[in-house]
Amino acid sequence: MDHTMFTYEAREQTLVIHLPKELDHHNCRNLKSDTDLLLEENYINRIVFDFTHTSFMDSSGIGVLLSRYKQMAASRGHVSYYGAGTQVRRILEMGGINRLIKGYEDRESALKG
Amino acid sequence: MGSMMENPRINKAGNGREHIRLTMDSLSQNEEFARVVAAVFMSRLNPTLEEIDDVKTAVSEAVTNAVIHGYGSRGGVIGMDITADTDGSILTVCIEDQGVGIPDVKTAMEPMFTTDESGERSGMGFSFMEAFMDEVEVQSEPGKGTLVSMKKFIGR
Repeated sequence: MDHTMFTYEAREQTLVIHLPKELDHHNCRNLKSDTDLLLEENYINRIVFDFTHTSFMDSSGIGVLLSRYKQMAASRGHVSYYGAGTQVRRILEMGGINRLIKGYEDRESALKG
Repeated sequence: MGSMMENPRINKAGNGREHIRLTMDSLSQNEEFARVVAAVFMSRLNPTLEEIDDVKTAVSEAVTNAVIHGYGSRGGVIGMDITADTDGSILTVCIEDQGVGIPDVKTAMEPMFTTDESGERSGMGFSFMEAFMDEVEVQSEPGKGTLVSMKKFIGR
């Protein structure tokens, strides 16, 4: 699987967004249009972010996560994440994401949480 | 070129200032490239993994700002200047553009402030630079461009 870009999994009412290895402005450019399309085509009430293959993230990633959170919050949906490594965890903490979105160790917990 | 020939930097093993300067197109695909260059260059200061991550993140923020805001649709170039002071273990990274400039630097550097209207930008770029580097200075003038100078004291 190519981890240089986003990949998506829509199952039942959950959208899993597999984040790329480098979650920066360049790679985030299309996230909004991709997810808007998926949210239009499917009834989604839960978004789960998969950081398993993400080794770097900066504030661009914070921006897109917050936007998706606001979208879900507006429709009473739920957002969670899993698989965050050391660098990612620091950025998520600094960006205030943990106050809004809960992080899990693995996919199964994130899907249930 | 002439001044380089007249004043060659003499590097006696481990002493003095080591320096690189490069110029790149103001394109988002160069954000990663800039991070990698900074990370590799700073390794001569024997940083921890966390210090490398810190610098990569700060560089990413500064270059991203230049790419997004610097030239609008015109395109342009971004200069990156890195100095490793091996005596004092200090890394200095300067990112500059000759683009639109920032009208009010103080306001621009406030946490969460962004001029982006898409709703996708967090406005945390400068906050992250200040959190991860020990000194951050921004010089900018509308119509002239922007220079972000950052220092990190490695091993302290």
